[in-house]
Amino acid sequence: MTAVARLRALMAGDRQADRVVPPSGFTAELTLFAAGAMAFLAVFALALSLAAGRLADRWGAELAQTATLRIVAPADQRAEQTRAALAVLQTTPGVAEARALSDAEQAALLAPWFGADLPLATLPVPRLIEMTTDRGFDPTGLSLRLAAEVPGAVLDDHGRWRAPLVSAANRLRVLGWVVALLIVAAVAAMVTLAANAALAANAQVIAVLRLVGATDSYIANAFVRRFTLRALSGAAVGVIAGLLAVWLMPAGSADAPGLLTGIGFEGAGWLVPLLIPPVSGAVALLATNTAARRALGGLS
Amino acid sequence: MLGHNRVKNEGAGVIELDNVAYSYGGGELLSDISVKLAPGSFHFLTGPSGAGKTTLLKLCYGALLPTSGHVRLFDADVRGLDRDEVALIRRRIGVVHQDVQFLDHLPVADNVALPLTVSGRHAEAAGSDLGELMGWVGLNERAAALPPELSGGERQRAALARAIIMSPEVVLADEPTGNVDWDMSQRLLTLLVELNRMGKTVLIATHDLSLIRAAKAQVQARVLRIANRRVQLAGADL
Repeated sequence: MTAVARLRALMAGDRQADRVVPPSGFTAELTLFAAGAMAFLAVFALALSLAAGRLADRWGAELAQTATLRIVAPADQRAEQTRAALAVLQTTPGVAEARALSDAEQAALLAPWFGADLPLATLPVPRLIEMTTDRGFDPTGLSLRLAAEVPGAVLDDHGRWRAPLVSAANRLRVLGWVVALLIVAAVAAMVTLAANAALAANAQVIAVLRLVGATDSYIANAFVRRFTLRALSGAAVGVIAGLLAVWLMPAGSADAPGLLTGIGFEGAGWLVPLLIPPVSGAVALLATNTAARRALGGLS
Repeated sequence: MLGHNRVKNEGAGVIELDNVAYSYGGGELLSDISVKLAPGSFHFLTGPSGAGKTTLLKLCYGALLPTSGHVRLFDADVRGLDRDEVALIRRRIGVVHQDVQFLDHLPVADNVALPLTVSGRHAEAAGSDLGELMGWVGLNERAAALPPELSGGERQRAALARAIIMSPEVVLADEPTGNVDWDMSQRLLTLLVELNRMGKTVLIATHDLSLIRAAKAQVQARVLRIANRRVQLAGADL
């Protein structure tokens, strides 16, 4: 019999075989509850991880394709150096578009800090040139060329402050998966403890079954089936509750995306939590099978 | 009394112990045991308490492995069998213990049918075989009762029914009449003798000499006595 056929036979169940192990009442309810609670937490861990991943991708994608050039020059040279810089940019590979911000646009950028009535003309505010870049953009080469041809130009490719943000978001994504894996490990530990307790409590049942010719597989499967179905059904309830909770969380607006308001699933991401019940079931199956085989191996 | 350590019947045995020794906790419980149970034979195993009767019985169904020597069950050396093969062989050997254990949450009928259930033949258990067997041991009216509700004699008869529902070739009984009165012990003995007449090999461990004498009046039984860690064939004094 192949492994798949064995698994199918195991999960198909055997009403008579299932009856040989006495119902365990409170233990069964605790296993169900624990599996459900773990699955609920796993949904949030996955939501956090996927949201962090989206944020990292968004920051990475948006900021990696833009750069800013600051023209820091005396007021009488600023316009000339700006023109020179734009000319350099027009012939620079990898620069898709470049344009100098107008006085109004620069004032709008500074308004949140200095107010709307800032007398920009009287202040030594550098001129900003906004660039859109694509593949082939070489910030180091451009910086060297600007240093030679436009001494007042300072290139900022956003890498200095983009890198830690993307790194933090990526770590948060990894952390989310680590939490999900820890939850799976906790499910395995919980099921192993519960299975060991059930095996110890049913020592007489096991002795009788061995006496009448039951194989280890038969005895183990009676426990494995029970704990697998408990973990599976508990996790299914936990996932449904978790998805509902995530769905009911307030969403952030498109122009103000944030981590907290962005926790949730998008598109196919909603399908990821559906993996939790089968994974919980598989973990319970392996954990119970291991515990049962170990316990049975010590019996005559 | 014939005193020797080689107790064999002619021909192949269903259970054979060849120079078997068994040690436990640093001490040797059984030593140089050679016994062959021929098909259809009837044996008693007797000896004082603690002599090793139960240990010898456990060796006979693979619940224990010998420290040295060979135990062959249906021509298979138990040392060469894996756990599942031992389980399959146990389906050919019905065992009745003095302190018989049941699955207390299942009715008596389901307990009796348990060997069928674990061998995947439980559908047959619902048929007439089970009812006939329950009637044979006089438990038809107790089929729906739970094991804790049974008397000592009823438990022993239920255990006997469970031991033989798979129609095993061998029945091993360890003090089967230890917890029952004289009348019930005679009834159990009659059932075991009937099984032997059906061709089953029977081995009964008991220290009840009156049971042995009663049996010898009904069946040709050989008596093995354990003394000083060894098995001897008892003579006409029993």
